[in-house]
Amino acid sequence: MAQSIRTVGVVGAGVMGTGLAQALAVSGHEVLLVDRTEEILARAEQQIQQGLRFGRVLGAQGAGTDRRVVAKRIRYTTEYEGFDGADFVIENVTEDWDIKRGVYQRIDAVCRPECVFAANTSVIPITRIGAATGRQDRVLGMHFMNPVPLKPTVEVIRGHHTSEETLDTARQLLTQLGKEGIVVEDSPGFVSNRVLMLTVNEAVYLVHEGVASAAEVDQIFRSCFGHRMGPLETADLIGLDTILQSVEGLYAAFSDSKYRPCPLLTRMVDAGLLGRKSGQGFFAYPTTAAS
Amino acid sequence: MTTQHTTDGHRPAIRGFLAQFFGDHQPADEDDIFATGFVNSLFIMQLVLFVEGEFELTVEDEDLEMANFNTVAAIDAFVARKRATVAGD
Repeated sequence: MAQSIRTVGVVGAGVMGTGLAQALAVSGHEVLLVDRTEEILARAEQQIQQGLRFGRVLGAQGAGTDRRVVAKRIRYTTEYEGFDGADFVIENVTEDWDIKRGVYQRIDAVCRPECVFAANTSVIPITRIGAATGRQDRVLGMHFMNPVPLKPTVEVIRGHHTSEETLDTARQLLTQLGKEGIVVEDSPGFVSNRVLMLTVNEAVYLVHEGVASAAEVDQIFRSCFGHRMGPLETADLIGLDTILQSVEGLYAAFSDSKYRPCPLLTRMVDAGLLGRKSGQGFFAYPTTAAS
Repeated sequence: MTTQHTTDGHRPAIRGFLAQFFGDHQPADEDDIFATGFVNSLFIMQLVLFVEGEFELTVEDEDLEMANFNTVAAIDAFVARKRATVAGD
């Protein structure tokens, strides 16, 4: 039997965490959003307000949605306050194993034993995450796509010990969110990022080598293949720091040189050119940065 | 005191903003800028924030329709309409 889900804890108030908190609140859930500092939470709240404001025109919420009511369903905390009452927790912290492990030890101690943990990760093995907790059967991967409120499908990952009941609970949450899950087995990068990160990294090499400009690379993907976004604009949307961490994660996991990060990608991250969230990546995002 | 814009007067600023994304591939006045393949639907967020900042007006929830922002001419007309309301004309 899948458990009923009313209160959802969201760990990490970055791009994914804020999008997720927004989507959960719109679908009627009580949301607890936790991050390290008040500053991060204040920025997240601003982004959620903006997300709710633009939600209707982007198709993320119905015309009748009162965004003030929705916004009140989200509580912001730096201390995991209320997590003892959470039915489900989705973790979205940076793709760094030491940081993730610390988070799981913390929530494992605070949350009720029946609470399910979902890792919104793109490269860290779900089985390893499960082993950091005392509830390996109740840990799974849920790889949400950005922007969360607009993407209808989620890559769901079964860890070595993940139970069917846990998968059912996750499916139930996705149904409540109006989304669908595709369940795959645990493997570094799963399906989506194993292919996407390699593609993005190779696209960066093309720019690095002067074969084509970023705009030309993307235009080929849009015009020739009918993709809505080219790989470099996608990289800007995800965040170049996340792309680099993911490529490095794949490289570490497979020890295969095909995942070696392009030096231009490393240099851009070092320079603070992180894409949409910093206002500049392969393309410029002038007003986003100023707002 | 803000400058009085005529309808046509908004277009250079709108085009200047779009040039940051479109380069030499500027859309014509009536072209759907979201159908060009140069920007995706998320671009409307940047565009609305630009319109609010540049023309010193507030885009209300009910104004947030694609039809107000999908062409240079539509943005221009929207800005003119909003500014006329503010000025009480």
